[in-house]
Amino acid sequence: MKILLMGNPNVGKSVIFSRLTGVHVIASNYPGTTVEYTKGTLKFEDKKVELIDVPGTYTLEPACEAEKVATEMVKEGDLIINVVDSTNLERNLYLTLQILALKKPTVVVLNMWDDAKHRGIKIDLEKLGKLLGVPVIPTVAVTGEGIKNLYTRLKDAKVPPHPTYSKDERWLHIGEIIDKVQVVTHHHHTLIEKFEDASIAPFFGILLFLVVLATSFQIIRFIGEGLIGYAFDPFFEGIYAPLIMKLSAVLGHGGFFHDIFVGKLINGSIDFGQSFGLVTTGFYVPVVMVLPYVFSFYLILGVLEDVGYLPRLAVLMDNIMHRLGLHGAAIIPMILGLGCNVPGALSTRILESKREKFIAATLMAIAIPCMAQTAMIIGLVGSYGGRYLAIVFGTLFIVWFSLGFILNKVLKGESPEIFLEIPHYRIPNIGALAKKLWMRLVGFLLEAIPFVLLGVLLVNILYTIGFIEMISKITAPIVTVLWGLPESAISALMVGFLRKDVAVGMLRPLNLTAGQAVVGSAVLAVYFPCVATFAVLIRELGIKDTFKSALIMMGTALIIGTVLNIVL
Amino acid sequence: MISLADMKVNQIGTVIRVDGGAGLAKRLEAMGIREGKNITKLNCMMMRGPIIVKINGCQVALGRGMAKKIMVEVGT
Repeated sequence: MKILLMGNPNVGKSVIFSRLTGVHVIASNYPGTTVEYTKGTLKFEDKKVELIDVPGTYTLEPACEAEKVATEMVKEGDLIINVVDSTNLERNLYLTLQILALKKPTVVVLNMWDDAKHRGIKIDLEKLGKLLGVPVIPTVAVTGEGIKNLYTRLKDAKVPPHPTYSKDERWLHIGEIIDKVQVVTHHHHTLIEKFEDASIAPFFGILLFLVVLATSFQIIRFIGEGLIGYAFDPFFEGIYAPLIMKLSAVLGHGGFFHDIFVGKLINGSIDFGQSFGLVTTGFYVPVVMVLPYVFSFYLILGVLEDVGYLPRLAVLMDNIMHRLGLHGAAIIPMILGLGCNVPGALSTRILESKREKFIAATLMAIAIPCMAQTAMIIGLVGSYGGRYLAIVFGTLFIVWFSLGFILNKVLKGESPEIFLEIPHYRIPNIGALAKKLWMRLVGFLLEAIPFVLLGVLLVNILYTIGFIEMISKITAPIVTVLWGLPESAISALMVGFLRKDVAVGMLRPLNLTAGQAVVGSAVLAVYFPCVATFAVLIRELGIKDTFKSALIMMGTALIIGTVLNIVL
Repeated sequence: MISLADMKVNQIGTVIRVDGGAGLAKRLEAMGIREGKNITKLNCMMMRGPIIVKINGCQVALGRGMAKKIMVEVGT
């Protein structure tokens, strides 16, 4: 048996899903957070049943991929929980009537019940239940209010006895329902509502955006640097390193196993940046150099998501994004990509056309470095001075913009216009924020550590059997002549296919000049997506388009590597 | 009768009809923008950027091209 959670975008389906199943999924305050269905289990009438969190949709006649997922899922459901935003009953009922017409057992959940009260909206639950012919349950999912009641009343789900309405009758019927059940009393504009209007006002909005951007950047850097400098690094150097030295002694300070696990000793001791063993550099890179930045980035992103700022950013950016053949909503994959390219690529599903998806996914994969990579670039290039960091990220921005501009001119078709609901601002729930951050951190570690270790292991093995030397000879014309990098940089470029963060880390021991570090970092960012992103791209774009996208990446890497090498 | 794009900021109007394909009308309708509804223009971004309207107490951003196809009667 399958139970589906369905409703308009951004009504809180994912929060209810987490509450009912205990399976935590990312929930945010913007339409389109969930682009793929998530499954969990739930005990219902003494049986284990499947609960599916379906991406939000305004109608069962889909306009984009995320909505298509929803309409496809519907067929499989045996029971539907229709989640409705109580503050916007009228519009939400349009989908509700479509769902009821499916003639499946249904319960209707009026979520954000507290919000409706604050906005002076009164809804007669009993009457609404009678008119719809199914149970109606009020909830405040974020705090958990009403969830127990929803759970116990699932068994009362009913197939509505009503006739199905044609499209024209639907609104008429909704009008009648609203007249009978809803009373809206006037309430004065709150401070938050005034701020909502101001943050998308042409001038103040842009000013606010710049403040938000600068503040976020500062906080991310402050927390990231602070955690590394005062917590993670001292711990690794002071407590972890001596332990590993003991391991090194047990392994006899050398030999095959020693080199794979501990790596090379630099001046008789461990150097986490250079030793390159599984338990030294292999742990140090993801845990010490990257995790603190991933933490601080997702902390800030979580706040911005839950406040509801991202859709407003989409409106502000709409104009710029149109020059790249996209519309404002495409800023969301870009922002998510700054954390990790995988969710970034997935979220291109909120875009309507294939052309838009291709442009957005390509630009994201090529020019948006994930936080892991960014942290490592800051560590490597930052040591030569902020000027060089600016060159790396400035180059990536230029690539992003000019490539989008070119793709928009070259690819046939038009870019659709933005059409996006702007949710109310909400004050984030601390518990929900913490949970989301925790999930993302665990997700990062589970994803990063195996790949990092695999990368380190592979390099050690390939190096030992002489494979890397062979490849170095073949690619030398590009790597050394065009890009001006030392031959030894090739192993970093190879590991970059697996994980970009370790790859950047591998440039560190090479004693590069500032210019070489810039070229290496920029090329590594651009030339190809990491394997995890690549797999998602194939799934989202298809093999043919991913191949095209990859060709663009390699071509761009060739050009910018050469240009940077000549200029610097 | 004027288009939504030509409305002034903070003006309130009533949607009369949507010029354009059935696809557009359907999408607008699902978001609550349909004949007979009151609509307030809240903001419009400079340089032909998107327009933000309020409908049923909720805010929606839409492109100028779409807004041009939504015809409204502005109350006096």
